Amino acid sequence: MSKKFWEELPQGSVVLEAGSSAEFKTGGWRSMRPKWIEENCIQCLFCWMYCPDMSVKVNAEGKREEFDFDFCKGCGICALECPGKKGNKAIVMEEEGK
Amino acid sequence: MTTKPLKLRELAKGEDRFTHGHRMCAGCGAPIVVKQVLMATDYPIIASNATGCLEVSSCIQQYTAWKIPWMHSAFENAAATISGIEAMYRSLVKQGKIEDKEVKFIAFGGDGGTYDIGFQSLSGAMERGHDMLYICYDNGAYMNTGIQRSSATPFGANTTTCPAGDVIPGKLQHRKDLTRIMAAHGIPYVAQASPANWRDMMKKVQKAFEIKGPKFMNVISPCNRGWRSKTNDAIALSKLAVETCYWPLFEIENGVTRVTVKPK
Repeated sequence: MSKKFWEELPQGSVVLEAGSSAEFKTGGWRSMRPKWIEENCIQCLFCWMYCPDMSVKVNAEGKREEFDFDFCKGCGICALECPGKKGNKAIVMEEEGK
Repeated sequence: MTTKPLKLRELAKGEDRFTHGHRMCAGCGAPIVVKQVLMATDYPIIASNATGCLEVSSCIQQYTAWKIPWMHSAFENAAATISGIEAMYRSLVKQGKIEDKEVKFIAFGGDGGTYDIGFQSLSGAMERGHDMLYICYDNGAYMNTGIQRSSATPFGANTTTCPAGDVIPGKLQHRKDLTRIMAAHGIPYVAQASPANWRDMMKKVQKAFEIKGPKFMNVISPCNRGWRSKTNDAIALSKLAVETCYWPLFEIENGVTRVTVKPK
């Protein structure tokens, strides 16, 4: 979305498009990166429920998929809440860029 | 309308009505609260939002994270705004100008916009009996402006306007029990919820939507910037708040109090 001048804005600065923030990528905020280890995942979907940035993708069958790194801010809630399988976490946090 | 089944796999197939790209801090509790509230039901929802973190970071210029009609109001009048919208909707339906789609009305406010500044409009809306749900996400201080004390700040807490040190040990006053104050208005439904207990919270939202009249819900929402905690512990802290009875989960339906989650 390009910058608009005041003459081009709708009256009262009303936002006419629902959910337009999807065009604003917040992934650049991240300093820690969650890593999903599929074999330890029990598909409990707690990460999806507790993600404040709606960055855990779930497919049509209700199965978890890879993170949406365009929006993940790397808070680490998913990694802390992940129950994992037999004591092995399915989500671990790694330093970004390593 | 039938109530939605509260199974994670079923819920995950639905569309998020609060979407990504909002600019709340990493690990904030408020978007989790909003997402769970909007997910709990399939009813069309119109929301108003008091000024606060949630409002300023979810709708910045042409970017909005909301997929529902959403109106920003000033700090003190989220409840007045939504009661106006509700009254207009009711009037237009009565005049036959629009079709009744069972629209539900929600107002979101932080603890500053609910306990302190927005209290008069909230109390007024509850007394007038509008068909609305007010949700307060309580993070315990004015976090948006830099952690100033509010009347929701617990006793002894360290904020920038009651700093703990040699002179005072933190906030000297006790927090206001807003949930009970709202219950004293004699409204049909008042509840306290926590995002860590998502099923309990969504059940309460569903229950509230089936009741006609003013409803109030107080939800704890940890703030890692203000509580000086880590970014990853919003859910862990709201769970602890329930387990330690700092934030008991109960509902008051027509004057009858019921504890919904008993900590072990």
